Amino acid sequence: MNGSSFITYNTLIVLLGTSLLGGTAGLVGTFAVLRRRSLTGDALAHASLPGLCLAFLVWGERNLLALLIGAFCSGLLGVAVISGLRRFTRIKEDAAIGIVLSVFFGAGISLSRIIQNQVTSGSKAGLDSYILGKTAGMLAQDVYLLAGLSLACFLIIVFLFKEFSLVVFDPAFARVQGWPAFLLDLGMMALIAVVVVVGLPTVGVVLMASLLILPGVAARFWTDRLQSMVWLSLIFGACIGWVGTLISANYSLFPAGPIIVLTGTVLFLVSMFFAPRRGVIARRFADYHFHRKLRLDAFLRRIYRAKLRPEQLASAKLTLSPLRMAVKPEPRIVQLAIEQGLIVPARENTVEFTRDGEQFARQLVRDEILRQQIILRYPQLSAELYEEDDLRDWQQRFPDEYQVLVADLPPLPLPSEWRAS
Amino acid sequence: MIVAQFWSAWELPLATILAGVLSSLPCAILGCFLVLRRMSLLGDAISHSVLPGIVIGALLSGNLLGWPVFLGAVVMGVLTAILTQSLTSHGNVSEDAGMGVVFTSFFALGVILITQLARNVDLDPGCVLYGLIEFIPLDTVKWGSWEVPRAFFTLVPVCIVTILFTLLFWKELLLSSFDPALATSMGFSSMVLHYLLMGLVAVVSVASFEAVGSVLVIAMLIVPPATAHLLTDRLGRMIVLSVLCSISASIVGYWGATRWNTSVAGMMSVVAGLQFLLALVFAPRYGLISRTWHNLSLSFRIIAEDVIAALFRAEEEAPQSAGLKIADCFRLAGGGWGPWLLLPLLKYRGLVLAAPQGRLQLTEKGRTRARSLVRSHRLWEAFMEKHFDLPADHLHAPASRVEHYIGPELQDKLKEELRGPDVDPHGRQIP
Repeated sequence: MNGSSFITYNTLIVLLGTSLLGGTAGLVGTFAVLRRRSLTGDALAHASLPGLCLAFLVWGERNLLALLIGAFCSGLLGVAVISGLRRFTRIKEDAAIGIVLSVFFGAGISLSRIIQNQVTSGSKAGLDSYILGKTAGMLAQDVYLLAGLSLACFLIIVFLFKEFSLVVFDPAFARVQGWPAFLLDLGMMALIAVVVVVGLPTVGVVLMASLLILPGVAARFWTDRLQSMVWLSLIFGACIGWVGTLISANYSLFPAGPIIVLTGTVLFLVSMFFAPRRGVIARRFADYHFHRKLRLDAFLRRIYRAKLRPEQLASAKLTLSPLRMAVKPEPRIVQLAIEQGLIVPARENTVEFTRDGEQFARQLVRDEILRQQIILRYPQLSAELYEEDDLRDWQQRFPDEYQVLVADLPPLPLPSEWRAS
Repeated sequence: MIVAQFWSAWELPLATILAGVLSSLPCAILGCFLVLRRMSLLGDAISHSVLPGIVIGALLSGNLLGWPVFLGAVVMGVLTAILTQSLTSHGNVSEDAGMGVVFTSFFALGVILITQLARNVDLDPGCVLYGLIEFIPLDTVKWGSWEVPRAFFTLVPVCIVTILFTLLFWKELLLSSFDPALATSMGFSSMVLHYLLMGLVAVVSVASFEAVGSVLVIAMLIVPPATAHLLTDRLGRMIVLSVLCSISASIVGYWGATRWNTSVAGMMSVVAGLQFLLALVFAPRYGLISRTWHNLSLSFRIIAEDVIAALFRAEEEAPQSAGLKIADCFRLAGGGWGPWLLLPLLKYRGLVLAAPQGRLQLTEKGRTRARSLVRSHRLWEAFMEKHFDLPADHLHAPASRVEHYIGPELQDKLKEELRGPDVDPHGRQIP
């Protein structure tokens, strides 16, 4: 933290408020992200505008609760319209979201312009702040409201965690089992609507969507388990709020909303690139190692075939193998094989197998033939053959068929045995 | 053509409406492809993320309506499409989340740029969002002896380019919208077409942004095409209808905006939404009214057939009886109030007769129809017994649902296929 600036009371209020908001948004947004409905939050944020304006017209500007309730109702109406369109018409989900988003927002813009024409310019600024956000105006009572809502959301999610997870991952199964999937869905959407509406004054309509999406998407890179992901989203969201507000407080020229969003983007990028298993860099490494292993195996199989005499090749029916490629083997692969103690360099640019090497190579060729035979003779059973220890698994699952194939294997001599005889 | 002075009563509205029409026309055309390819939200994403490009262009040129703005926005638009695609394919992020991340980040960047750097230039964040169609007719350029709104020099070429693009690539667009794999296998790259389309969407978004603002371009990109989608199944007609809807939305929206003194862009999207609502309810095949009617008439047909089939079966068992009591008959047909409602219709159609003591009897016409129905039922039961692994008491229920959809042709085919005795699995004769 920057030691030269000190945190005022106001800044502390805003810090707490945005952290709470970020954490809760991340928490409820996780479920939306997992359901591939990330942009529903954006639609909700846009759809809440007409309700906000209508409440303003009816009840006047400083009744914050009325404004929020109005925004909540119209947001929820928007979500209901999206669901209805998706379920009862041929309009697909993305078009439904777009329709609701643009039409409701257009209605909101029209209403807000009518309001601007009616009332004095002081109120106009208040309404504008809902579009772009204005954290500086946060008061202690707003933070209390946020804290209460955050706690409520947290408790609801804790109590209904299993039900929500089920509806997220397999709604059809949930319905079949008797859970009221539609109501749970609606409940989830209502939670999101509450968070969106409460967050409107802070980060504004257009940036609320990112607070819902970014923590969840970033957390997804770090874990495969739902519980961890939800906790991580909460923590990430709170951090995004805290750090973003700090940065914008130090450089007070920028509004806090966009800075918070950009902080989230940085977190997302860091997660995407550097996360241990699902990150881009990690996957590139894994890919590289995997492909290297593939090439090494292919190389060893070729050497094995090259070391056998023509009569052995014919008797072993090894002409069923893949085409012989007349290209030079890559030096790095050769080096790798030497390092692993499988071959040794011999005279005139050739190599010789070590004892371990030839056994390993024979096993590779044997496995390759078995795989080919499985695909040729038992195609319906060959679907799972693309994993790590696939052959051992396959042997356990279909022992009888495996015995048949093994019995039909040609004899696979070791090159050193042949030379001995 | 557009005339010089904008101070007469009808010229200003005409120019404004024309600006609206010219902005929404290319959106309506391209939006059809977006909606069909389920990419509607990419238009949304692009129209949000052009903001930084617009601001930078405006700062460089000192003016919100100018070529640097246009260029900046196009760059941002194409960048959005590319980034979203690479996040999805290389970054292992789901498509909607990737889109959300990209456009919200760009939009946040744009807002920061506006509030930070726009202190030096007179830029109101609002107008970037909702557009300034009202000002378009006032910013004119001399062209020959006429004063033409400068915005038209962007809008008209964009319209022409869009129409040319659609005509030129019509077959490819048609195919790749409905079956991209087939399109690729036929030799032209769906990917290239995809990026061309996205680039054009970016250009169109930017051109229209001046009129209706960056966030309301989505309305013009999605709502008229969705309306047209409800009204027809053919792509050509869909595009034409979409264009018509967008034009009428522009005209009526302008009228509404002047009537209630509110934002033109806002009213245009509201009117487009109302048109969509009308199509939703009244569309001839996909509208709610039409589908409800269709479902109801199907239900009634099924109930009617159940009634006469019940009478037929009763006749089979007791050939000399004087018909079935009405209440029993309706109970066998499944109960409920449906049969009661349909009784007059059945009598009117000449399928049943009222018999003494509150009974019903089949007429000859009714008997023929019922016989066919029962034949369908029993043929299907025999078919299921032959080919499916169902126990005998599980055959009746599915057959009583399927029987209504088996016509004479299918009956002949089934009979041919079965080639067996003329009895159903329960041992009853197939009539």
